[in-house]
Amino acid sequence: MTTRIFGSGIRRREDPRLMTGQAAFTDDIKLLGLLHAAILRSPHAHAKINSIDTSAARAAPGVLAVYTGADTDGVLNPIPCAWLPPDSDIKAVPHPALAVDTVRYVGDGVAVVVAESRYQAEDALELITVDYGVLPSVINPKAAMDPGAPQLHEDAPNNQAFHWVVAGGDADAAFETAAGDPQNHVVVSENIIQQRLIPHAVETRSAIANWQSAMGELTLWSTSQNPHIVRFLCSLVTGVGEHKIRVIATDVGGGFGSKIPMYGDEMVTAFCSMQLRRPVKWTETRSEAYLATTHGRDHVQHVEMAATKDGKITALRVVVHAGMGAYLSTAGPGVPTILHGLMYSGPYDIPNIKGDVYGTFTNTTPVDACRGAGRPEATFLLERMIELLASELDIDPVEMRRRNLIQPFEDGHDVATGVTYDSGNYQGTLDLAMQQLDYPALRQEQAELRSHGQYIGVGVTTYCEICGLGPSQVAGAVGFGGGLWESAIVRFYATGKVNVFIGTSPHGQGEETTFAQIVSDELGVPVEDIEVIHGDTDLTPMGWGTYGSRTTVVGGGAVALSARKIKDKGKALAAHLLEAAEEDIEYEDGKFFVRGSPDQNKTIQDIALMANVAWNMPEGMEPGLEATTFYDPPNFSYPFGAHVAVVSVDPDNGHIVLQRYIAADDCGPQINPVIVEGQVHGGVVHGAGQALWEGVVYDDNGQLLTGSLLDYAVPRAHMVPDMEILSTVTPSPHNPLGVKGIGETGTIASTVTIYNAVLDALKPLGVTKLEMPLTSERVWRAIQQAKGA
Amino acid sequence: MEKIPIQVTVNGQSHQAEVEPRMLLVHFLREELGLTGTKIGCDTSQCGACVVMMNGATVKSCTCLAVQADGADIGTIEGLANGNDLHPIQEAFWDNHGLQCGYCTAGMIMTAVEMLERNPHPSADEVRAGLEGNICRCTGYQNIVKSILAAAEKIGG
Repeated sequence: MTTRIFGSGIRRREDPRLMTGQAAFTDDIKLLGLLHAAILRSPHAHAKINSIDTSAARAAPGVLAVYTGADTDGVLNPIPCAWLPPDSDIKAVPHPALAVDTVRYVGDGVAVVVAESRYQAEDALELITVDYGVLPSVINPKAAMDPGAPQLHEDAPNNQAFHWVVAGGDADAAFETAAGDPQNHVVVSENIIQQRLIPHAVETRSAIANWQSAMGELTLWSTSQNPHIVRFLCSLVTGVGEHKIRVIATDVGGGFGSKIPMYGDEMVTAFCSMQLRRPVKWTETRSEAYLATTHGRDHVQHVEMAATKDGKITALRVVVHAGMGAYLSTAGPGVPTILHGLMYSGPYDIPNIKGDVYGTFTNTTPVDACRGAGRPEATFLLERMIELLASELDIDPVEMRRRNLIQPFEDGHDVATGVTYDSGNYQGTLDLAMQQLDYPALRQEQAELRSHGQYIGVGVTTYCEICGLGPSQVAGAVGFGGGLWESAIVRFYATGKVNVFIGTSPHGQGEETTFAQIVSDELGVPVEDIEVIHGDTDLTPMGWGTYGSRTTVVGGGAVALSARKIKDKGKALAAHLLEAAEEDIEYEDGKFFVRGSPDQNKTIQDIALMANVAWNMPEGMEPGLEATTFYDPPNFSYPFGAHVAVVSVDPDNGHIVLQRYIAADDCGPQINPVIVEGQVHGGVVHGAGQALWEGVVYDDNGQLLTGSLLDYAVPRAHMVPDMEILSTVTPSPHNPLGVKGIGETGTIASTVTIYNAVLDALKPLGVTKLEMPLTSERVWRAIQQAKGA
Repeated sequence: MEKIPIQVTVNGQSHQAEVEPRMLLVHFLREELGLTGTKIGCDTSQCGACVVMMNGATVKSCTCLAVQADGADIGTIEGLANGNDLHPIQEAFWDNHGLQCGYCTAGMIMTAVEMLERNPHPSADEVRAGLEGNICRCTGYQNIVKSILAAAEKIGG
């Protein structure tokens, strides 16, 4: 074979339907007799529901039913939280699908109208009268624990949802040592706000529920990143057996974490269908999505870092107050704990680490994963503190990082947080990025520009992140309410064509292509002959979904192992057909042949035909050419890299221009480098959004002030430059393909890279701290304030 | 609610319908005609997922009433390819990985159609400026810009 298909940037196999309008996203699907639901949401952040009058709505044209929490309570079980970190005193407070007597955030579902048309359903919503008794509310995740703060849940005193601790070495002792020996040590501390974000997939959530009462079967089309988990949780909420539920999520318009959770809304849609015995569709409006779809981040952090005077970090101590919103979302508590605290060492040797993470309830939209999920918040604090240390010690920030990077390793490195990184060469990606940048020249240019009153800044990040979730045993140990393995079926038909059925559920990441490339590479079948089927729980084997950059690592591992089983069976069948001993059969490029006699061969297509017709099978061999693998990885994957941002800041108006962005990442061997680059592009811009433009604003009463695209600034094309994407290859020893996740690295690294670049630019102006997003106004005010000082 | 008769030509085919005066063009296309390739991504005319051609110019079909399209000639993503032959802009999006989840893609491509009709040889900056009304959360725009520039080269020679 001339060009290996593994590693080739071929065009995506899913694109034709997506480019022509032939894809079927949930809201595109219509069923005969379809009804439409609309959900009434609380306008108050915290209130008692005194009474609800639905009579006028019931009488409105086209309306079939109006339901409230009084109807669903006891019929639908509470929406479960599926990630309960152990030893954290977590309070899994009840989360009803529709509020029963209390609403706890603006957007909490209160009632649902079902009508013949969407327009009629929304008209009738306006006819529902709710008498609320407004209660005081609390928004800030730290203030939520203040004495006297309004209380959200009886079962969670002081609004504390959990208190989780990560510790390795002895951080307290290390800080004591540093404080007692200021001649040789330095300590820096900082309060960091990781502002609340809105994940903002361009497709809002949607669901169609179709209850077939005679069979007791529920079909649910759902905009989900993990339809098998939806089936599992839907079964718990509705009481319908898991074997009687089919969840379909084939074409999903982005998720970014917000389509992991099980929401009340989808279950209410199912409830409506079960009550009315007709199919019911609910599709969120964008305004509704801002209120009702999970948010991300929302940390108030206090961070301290100690180092020796020669720049060796000795300890890190962190206290985080992480807002959970009004209820615990499905994976919410796992994000600021397992996915965050375990990465406090980053790519650095930090012998002593301690983190206290308080999850708190606030009168806000529930918080869950948002691209990067916990790791951007960890990377940010590390990179910010290193920057402060470098400044304090007057060491170049890049040199500061070099002095602390873990040395290259190929098979396992333990860090103080208790996890074992798989493989890494952090210096390699840093060298590559710095070479691309020409760092000395840039510093010289910066100095020259400064002398002319012009300000550019450079930010350099080295990062390492945890993804490819993960071994199921660890999942259980860290309180995840499911497994984290994946399964894949590779099925050959008599014609040599192949279906690959996978449990993961890609929604933009391109696995219809990359998984076909894996099978093609393993078995020599053209990718055109392979179709990858996903997102339908009746068709596909069990899988835990697409999030945490795990699809290719874990799901791809299952695909590769199934392909290898096919190869083994093919060898045995070829030996039989060629009348040779199995050990004399070799395989290459889709052909099984007798060693030394390449003309005596059977192609994989020959084998597929003979296995499927089964006219002449060796004794004891089953017919068919199909293999299933349940793959549970032995470890997470730990991709890494170095990112660089160059920005200019206009001191007269605070306007920031992102001039250059370099990403040098290592995700192991790349199945399709074009897709890898695309993932990095999207990730970087998502993270840039947090640094520069995006941020949720609530007023003191819990009203969302950034409740539309007019107010919440998602990056647009003219706001970002072309990025320079580079890579190195350090295989992971812990999965069959050696691959690591790449879907979130961009976001994990870019926010702090850009932030540090801006602060570097502003250094001569005396600005040392800014809250994100770094809007022009905020930057201008900081410059003015620094001038005044 | 009283319904208003309209006649709209969509992708070359004439349709007669009676619609509520408040019905949005995007709902008419999706719900009445079953042309679901045009998407809805917001409700404030910001995201551009719903962009269609109306009498040769792009319009956000979530911000246009169906009755305003009475007598109009509408083009949607479904009508762009010539049978099995993709439009050069579609081909360029495919060649350059200009889409990931694909939800914003119809709007991006329809916007690009008009962009290149007005300016057959845009610079990268002009393409970025021309995409101001379209949001993509997946791609970081880089490959969308690349796709449109590649299409311009292919179409304009």
